[in-house]
Amino acid sequence: MSRSRTDRFVQWSLGGLAVLSGGLVLLIVVFLLLGAWPTIQSGLLSHLLTDETWRPGSDRDPQFGLLPMLAASFLVTALSIGIAAPFGVAGAVFDRFYLPPGFRRWNHRLLELLAGVPSVVFGFWGLTVLVPAINRLHPPGQSLLAASLVLSLMILPTVALTSQAALRAVPESETLAAAGLGLGRARTIFSIALPAAKSGIGGGILLAVARAIGETMAVVMVCGNIAEFPSSLFDPVRPVTSTIALEMGYASADHKALLYTAGLILVLAVAALVGWLAFRGSKNVPASG
Amino acid sequence: MLNPLAAAPRRARRLDRAIAIAGGAASFSTLAVFGWIVWDLIRLGLPNLSWHFLTGEVETAGRSGGIGPVLVSTLLILLCCLAVAVPLGIGCAVWLSEFVRRGSRASRIVTGGVDLLASVPSIVFGLFGMTFFCQVLGLGFSILSGGLTLACMILPILVRTTLLALEGLPADLRPGAAALGLTRTTTLRQVLLPTALPGILVAITLGVGRALSETAALLFTSGYSTRWPDSLGESGRALSVHIYDLAMNIPNGSPNASASALVLLVLILLINLTATGLTERWTRHLSGTTS
Amino acid sequence: MIWPINLVKKRFLLLSLLSLALTHCGGDKGKTPTQITLTGSSTVAPLAADAAKRYETSHPEVRIDVQSGGSSRGIADTRSGLADLGMASRALKPDENDLTAHRIAMDGVCVIVHRDNPVAGFDKQQLIDIYTGKIENWKALGGPDREIVVANKAEGRATLEVFLDYTGLDSADIQADVVVGENQQAIKTVAGNPAAIGYVSIGAAVSEAEVGTPIKPVSCDGVPPTTEAVANGEFPITRPLQIITKDDPSPAAQAFLDYLKSAEIDDLVESHLYVPISH
Repeated sequence: MSRSRTDRFVQWSLGGLAVLSGGLVLLIVVFLLLGAWPTIQSGLLSHLLTDETWRPGSDRDPQFGLLPMLAASFLVTALSIGIAAPFGVAGAVFDRFYLPPGFRRWNHRLLELLAGVPSVVFGFWGLTVLVPAINRLHPPGQSLLAASLVLSLMILPTVALTSQAALRAVPESETLAAAGLGLGRARTIFSIALPAAKSGIGGGILLAVARAIGETMAVVMVCGNIAEFPSSLFDPVRPVTSTIALEMGYASADHKALLYTAGLILVLAVAALVGWLAFRGSKNVPASG
Repeated sequence: MLNPLAAAPRRARRLDRAIAIAGGAASFSTLAVFGWIVWDLIRLGLPNLSWHFLTGEVETAGRSGGIGPVLVSTLLILLCCLAVAVPLGIGCAVWLSEFVRRGSRASRIVTGGVDLLASVPSIVFGLFGMTFFCQVLGLGFSILSGGLTLACMILPILVRTTLLALEGLPADLRPGAAALGLTRTTTLRQVLLPTALPGILVAITLGVGRALSETAALLFTSGYSTRWPDSLGESGRALSVHIYDLAMNIPNGSPNASASALVLLVLILLINLTATGLTERWTRHLSGTTS
Repeated sequence: MIWPINLVKKRFLLLSLLSLALTHCGGDKGKTPTQITLTGSSTVAPLAADAAKRYETSHPEVRIDVQSGGSSRGIADTRSGLADLGMASRALKPDENDLTAHRIAMDGVCVIVHRDNPVAGFDKQQLIDIYTGKIENWKALGGPDREIVVANKAEGRATLEVFLDYTGLDSADIQADVVVGENQQAIKTVAGNPAAIGYVSIGAAVSEAEVGTPIKPVSCDGVPPTTEAVANGEFPITRPLQIITKDDPSPAAQAFLDYLKSAEIDDLVESHLYVPISH
């Protein structure tokens, strides 16, 4: 057997696996589309974008407004990333450049452990500790702030671990060379290490964004679930996933189709966001390289 | 390692100290909040832990008895999940990193698909799994359905993190291997994958953590049954689902919910320690053969 | 140098073999048991699961799978045939009259406030005023000067529907500050907020209050929230816990249904803090 034949075989089978992995999401979109079809057919779609709130179960005045919930999903995600990213990256820099190697292992191990704390536990803790504390500042406690804080805790290990991995992947020869050139540690971090690890850290943050948008069980307990545009950090909000989690098991046929539509629109909105970020990323690559 | 040079200007040294303090504070506060959460679990859950709790049957909906069958189901679900997700995820990452040019259309489509998959809400995975694996493929509420659903869910983590590990390999490995006349397959098997193994293990541990902590995707797929499972075709309740049910649905379930959460943490700790142990032995083995 | 990768590979092979073996060993046991699947209400599921466990010990030829996930899911699954029996914690709606409901227990829904709240009870009009936003401060009800935080149940939940039935409100009338899902979420919300009001299953409220959770189940129209008051029909907000069937259930499913309706599970019903139906 010639070597190139093995190569080609490996290449094609790996390619097959890759296509399968990349194509899985299409299967899910098709599945959501099938579930959402009754809504699309009945022309309720325009209500999703124009109604003010979400009240599909009301007999007198049903409302199917999705925008407040989409806004909540993105607000909660943006805030939680805004909290988790600086903490995670700063922690990773500390871990890579300041922490003695003996502690590094423990830091790493603890973060890995935290990545596995079930979302219910975070939700539980948020509801029994964080929400009452926020309630003392400003009732009712269940709020945009509570949801963002709980979520930022949940995604912090992901950001920290991927940033650590990215920083560790920066060749030591480069950082040593920088030190040899007389650059201080601070300059080395900002001019050598962080730029080199940029794409890895970005990938980690992208994973965290995805996790934050999709997270359900913890957020539903602390966000308050009121489907209106929040006017402050202390207002309750209702992300799309919460609605699906709260109502799916209890929805009759038409209501269920609406929830599928909500899920579909969320996935498409995220697709647009990811596509935009990837587009920006691909524009940046030649610029920096 | 890095020597903060005595000659560096005072401003640089001050900046250096500021970074150290900010980074240290960030690390410390993260761990402190987590310590708080874990301490709460220990305080509420530890009194209920016993050998009987680990091995016993679930009684009165979890308020009494143990979590034996739930533990077994959890491990089986995890095995199914990893058996599918690990080859798929690593294969995909290797292809992206070694067989297509970065930034090419094929690579961008596949990465885009994987990133998009990462942002599918876990509850949507649950609904998808219930329809596709349970009904369309006829697997029913089963450990297998749950494992496959989880596999779809952790796939992006595996791909992304493995990709990171492969891209972080020293740039001279590949031309070096090519200069030795190794084929791509041999290079992959004997040089790239072994060197990237620690990173791949990180990917797997992250995936395991995510899989073990997931509730929403399992509630509708592997189900609610607390019987001792004797095949993968049977319904079995995962630990995270058990915790959710005890905490949110069963009156006076909180003490055992905390105890179960504690068990889950210890389980994850054991898996992580095993992975770290393997990595260390492997790194030692590598340096032993190359030096 | 090559061995560890091979080792990894072998492990996967072993793993897949193991999974294959596991999938098949179920079938090797000779006689396959009759399978009965129940899906539906998360309120009924723990009770049904306990009853199923007991039933299986006396009927080893039967295997009962209980899946939780909500009343409407139970009804939909029964209709589609995915489940042999559905579980619901509410009465059937007019468009669900192709199915038959069988009552197996009763449950009451009571209002809860924080333990430190001096208010001892509400009548229907007060509840309506609170939930529609006409009364916004506990002062109006003889409590402290504090804005009321109204916790409501999510759309479609059986508890919400019985509450709406009782008050005669439409969900569009309700001005909630917080929306919750499961019973325990309502209980924890009220326990963590001295100004909150919510409503949950009586059994859950009473037993949580007994173990020291800072909530207080209060009386409704002057009737104290006890399972006795639900049993003798005095308590104003109640709901049936039901099993749903379509056409003719299989003989095995019918037999289990008869068991669930019998007095043999009364002690289980009580242990789950619901009220047995009188036989």
